Amino acid sequence: MENIFLANAWLILALPFAAFLGIVAFTLGHKRLSGYLTIAGVGGAFLVSVGVLAAVTAGGSVHLSFPWYVLGETHFELGLLIDPLTAIMLIVVTGVSLVVQIYSQGYMHGDPGYSRYFAFMALFTTSMLGLVLAPNFLQLYIFWELVGLCSYLLIGFWYRKPEAAAAAKKAFITTRLGDLGLLIGILLLYWNTGTFSFGGIAQVIAGHTLPEGLITTAAVLVFCGAVGKSAQFPLHVWLPDAMEGPTPVSALIHAATMVAAGVYLVARVFEIFSASPTAMLVVAVIGAITAFLAASMGLVMTDIKRVMAYSTISQLGYMMLALGVGSYLGGVTHLANHAFFKALLFLGAGSVIHATGAQDMDEFSGLGSKMKITAGTLLVGSLSLAGIFPFSGFWSKDEILAGALQRTDNPLLVFLGLVGVLVAGMTAFYIARMWLRTFTGEFRTPAPAGAHGGGHGSHEGHGSVHESPWVMTVPLIALAIPALLSGLLGSDLTGQWYGHFLEGAEFHPESLNPLVAGGSTIVTLGGLFLAWATYSKKWISAPAVQRQFSGVHRWLVNKYYLDDLYLWLIRRVVIGGSDAFQWFDLHIVDGVVNGVGRTLAATGSALREFQTGRVQNYGLAFFGGVVIVVVFTVFLR
Amino acid sequence: MSDPLVTLVFYGIAAVTIVAAIGVVSLRNIYRAALCLVLTFLGVAGVYILLNADFVAVMQVLIYAGAVTTMLLFAIMLTRSPGSPRSNAANRQSGLALFAVLVLVVLLVLALGTAVWPQTAPVAAQSSVDVLAKQLFTTYALPFEIASVLLLAAMVGAIILARED
Amino acid sequence: MLTLTLNHFLVLGAILFCVGLYGALAKGHAVAVLMGIELMLNSVNITLVGFARFLAPDQLLGQVFAVFVITAAAAEAAVGLAIVLVVYRQRRTVNVEEVDLLKW
Repeated sequence: MENIFLANAWLILALPFAAFLGIVAFTLGHKRLSGYLTIAGVGGAFLVSVGVLAAVTAGGSVHLSFPWYVLGETHFELGLLIDPLTAIMLIVVTGVSLVVQIYSQGYMHGDPGYSRYFAFMALFTTSMLGLVLAPNFLQLYIFWELVGLCSYLLIGFWYRKPEAAAAAKKAFITTRLGDLGLLIGILLLYWNTGTFSFGGIAQVIAGHTLPEGLITTAAVLVFCGAVGKSAQFPLHVWLPDAMEGPTPVSALIHAATMVAAGVYLVARVFEIFSASPTAMLVVAVIGAITAFLAASMGLVMTDIKRVMAYSTISQLGYMMLALGVGSYLGGVTHLANHAFFKALLFLGAGSVIHATGAQDMDEFSGLGSKMKITAGTLLVGSLSLAGIFPFSGFWSKDEILAGALQRTDNPLLVFLGLVGVLVAGMTAFYIARMWLRTFTGEFRTPAPAGAHGGGHGSHEGHGSVHESPWVMTVPLIALAIPALLSGLLGSDLTGQWYGHFLEGAEFHPESLNPLVAGGSTIVTLGGLFLAWATYSKKWISAPAVQRQFSGVHRWLVNKYYLDDLYLWLIRRVVIGGSDAFQWFDLHIVDGVVNGVGRTLAATGSALREFQTGRVQNYGLAFFGGVVIVVVFTVFLR
Repeated sequence: MSDPLVTLVFYGIAAVTIVAAIGVVSLRNIYRAALCLVLTFLGVAGVYILLNADFVAVMQVLIYAGAVTTMLLFAIMLTRSPGSPRSNAANRQSGLALFAVLVLVVLLVLALGTAVWPQTAPVAAQSSVDVLAKQLFTTYALPFEIASVLLLAAMVGAIILARED
Repeated sequence: MLTLTLNHFLVLGAILFCVGLYGALAKGHAVAVLMGIELMLNSVNITLVGFARFLAPDQLLGQVFAVFVITAAAAEAAVGLAIVLVVYRQRRTVNVEEVDLLKW
C-alpha cells in the first residue's frame, strides 16, 4: 500500500459521487457548472485510475475490507478490491465515461434537463465503479442494482416521450428477471460457503468440498443476472428499446460499461464457472445463440442506433462465448476493446443524429463529404468491430475464435466457434452496410418540415447539415485512438501485454493461429465485400434479395417475434393468471372470510337472546347445570 | 348422642325448621314469610345447641333472629308497593326452579344420607367458648380483624348507598 | 336411626339449602331473594358446625368458620338491603325481574 494511488483508490468512487451530490445539492440551476462538475469528478477518477493501472502493472493490488454491520455470526463487509481485471475495467469505465461526458456537452446542449442528465451520469459512473471495485457479492449486488436504476433513469430521461418511458420500464423489469436469479445464486453461495467475498468463495471452491451440482446451480443462477444485464438471449429484448435514451447514454451505459457488467461478473467469479463444465457450456451456448441471433437481426435494421444495439448484443454474446469456452483472456480483452470502439460507434451515430435529426438510414445518405471527422472515426470503429487487422477488434476476436476452435475435446464448442466465425462475417456485413448507407452514395437528408407535415427540428434543407461542434468531434478522435490501437496490447508487438497482465504467471504466450486468423479474416472480408457490392456498387439488389427471402426478412425485422411471444405470454399467463387469482380471491377467499363473519354475527344475534339481564335466570342456569353434570357423572357414566 | 331423647328432640327441631323454611319461600304475604324466617333461625339455633355450639347458637339468635330480621322487615316496609296483595309472588321460572331444586335435594339426600365418615375420639366435655376464643384470638386473629374491617366497610357502604341525596 | 350421626345434620343442611335456593331463584321480591340467601347461608353453617362437632371436636374449626360466615352474612344483608332501597328509589319497584339492565 506504499503507492499513493492504491492508498487513495477510494477517490475513484468518491469524486464522481461528490459531483453527483454537488449537482443535486447546489448546481441544478447552473447548467454549464453541472456539466463541468461531472467532467471534473469523472476526470479525477480517470487520473487516479491511470495511476492505479500503473501501480497494478508494477505488481500492486488492494484487498481492503471493513465490517459494515455484524449480525450475530454473520459479518457483512464492504471494501475495495483492485487486481488486474479491476484495473482494466477502471480505465475502461472512467475513460469512456470521461469522453462521453465531454461529448454530452455538445449533444445535450440546450436540453432542459441538462443538469439532471449530468447528475444521473455522475451517479451512474459512481455505481459502475463501485460494481467494479466490489470485493464481495453483497456490495456488487448493491451497485448492480444501482446501475440498473441509473439505466432506468437515463433510458427514460425524456420521460414525456411514451416510448422512452415504456423502454425504461421494459429495461428495468427485464433485467430484474435476471437479477432475481443472481440474488438467489448469491444467497445459495453464501448459504454453502458462509461468505460473500469473491476470494473466500473461490477458496471454498478450490477445496473441492462442494458438490458439482451445487456449483453448477449457483453458477447458472449467477449467470442469469449476467444474462439480464448483458442482454443475452432470451432477455436481450430490452436493449434495442433502450436506444430511446440519449445517444451518449447508449454509448456509455448500453454499449461500453453497464451491459458489459454481466461479462465482468462472469469473469470476476470465473473460478466458480471453471469448476463446473456444465455451467461453462451453458455460458458458451447462450453466448453463441445471442451472438448469432443479434447479428442476424442487425442485418435488417434500418434505425442506425438499433443496428448498434443489436451489434452490442451480438458482441456481448461473443464475450460470453469466450468465457464459456474458457478463454478468460479473450473475453476480458474483447470487453475492453469493445467498450472503446462501440462507444465510438455510438457517439458517431449520435453525431449523425445530431446533424440530421433523424435515426433511420432510409432518411439520409452520402453524409461523408459534409461530416469528414465523423465519417473517418466511424470508419475506424467499424473496421475495428468487423475485426480487420490491425484494428483492436481483430486481436480479441481472434483470441475468442482460437479459444473456441481449440476446444477439440468437445465438438459442440468447436461448432460454436464456427458459429462465431459466421457471426464475424455477418458483423462485417451489417457494419459496412451501416457505414456505406450513411456516408456514401447520393447526398440525402430528411426532407424539410413542410414537406413531411411533421418536423425534424431545426434542420431545414440540404445546406444545414454540418459537422458537429468540437466538443463532440474531439471525443470521437479520442476514442478512435484506442479503437485503433488497444488491440495491439494483446499482440506480439507488446509481448502480449494483456495476457501477462491479466493472467500473470499462468499465462502461456501463444502466437497467432494462422488458420484461425486467416479464416476469420477471409470471412470478414467476404462480409465487407458483400456489403460493398450491395450498397456501393449495387451489383446485388438489396430489395430483390429482400423479396427473395421475404419470409426470413419478416422474421428478422420482427425480431424473431420474441417480443410478441413475450407479450403474448405476459397477456396469457401473467394477466390470465392474475384474473384467475383475482376471481379466486373475490369469490373463494373473500367468500370464506365474509361467510365466517356472517355466521358468527348470526350466531351472536341468536345467542344474544339468552342474555336476559336477570340474575335469577343465570342462577337457575348455573344450578341446573350443576344438577345435570352431577346426574350425568353419577348415574349415567 | 346416643340418647334417644336427644334424637327425638333433633327430629322435632329439624321438622320445625324445615317447615318454617318452606313457609318462608311459599307464603304469599312477605311479612309472614319474614316471621317464618325468624322461626327458621331459631330452629337452626336449636340445632347448634344440639351440636354443643352454644356460642354460635347465641350469635345466631342475636344476629340473625334479631338484627338481620329487623333489617329485613325495615326494608320490606320501606319498599312497600301500594295495593299489592301477593307481595311475595313467585316469578316466571318458579316451576323450572322447583324441578331443579327437587332433583338437587334428592341427589344431596341420597349422597349425604349414605356417606361414611371416619370415627373420631369421644367428645371432650368442656365449654366450646374457651376453645373458640383461643382459636379466634390466636390462630385466626388476622381473619378476625379483617372481618371487623369488612363490617366497617359494609356499614359505610350501606350508609352511602341508602342515604337520600 | 335413633343414634344421631353427622349424616343427620348434613341432610338437614342439604334440605335447608335447597329450600333457600328455591327462594333465591323463584321469588320476585328482592327481599325474598335475600331471605332465600340467608337460608342457604344458615344451611352451610349447620354443615360447618356439624363437621366441627363430629370430625374435630377438640379444635372446633367449623365453629370458627361459622362465626366468620355469620359476620359476612350480616355485612351482606346490610349492603344488600341498602341496594334494595336504592333500586326502589330509582325504579319504584323491588321486583328483580324488572331490574334487567345487566345485558347488551
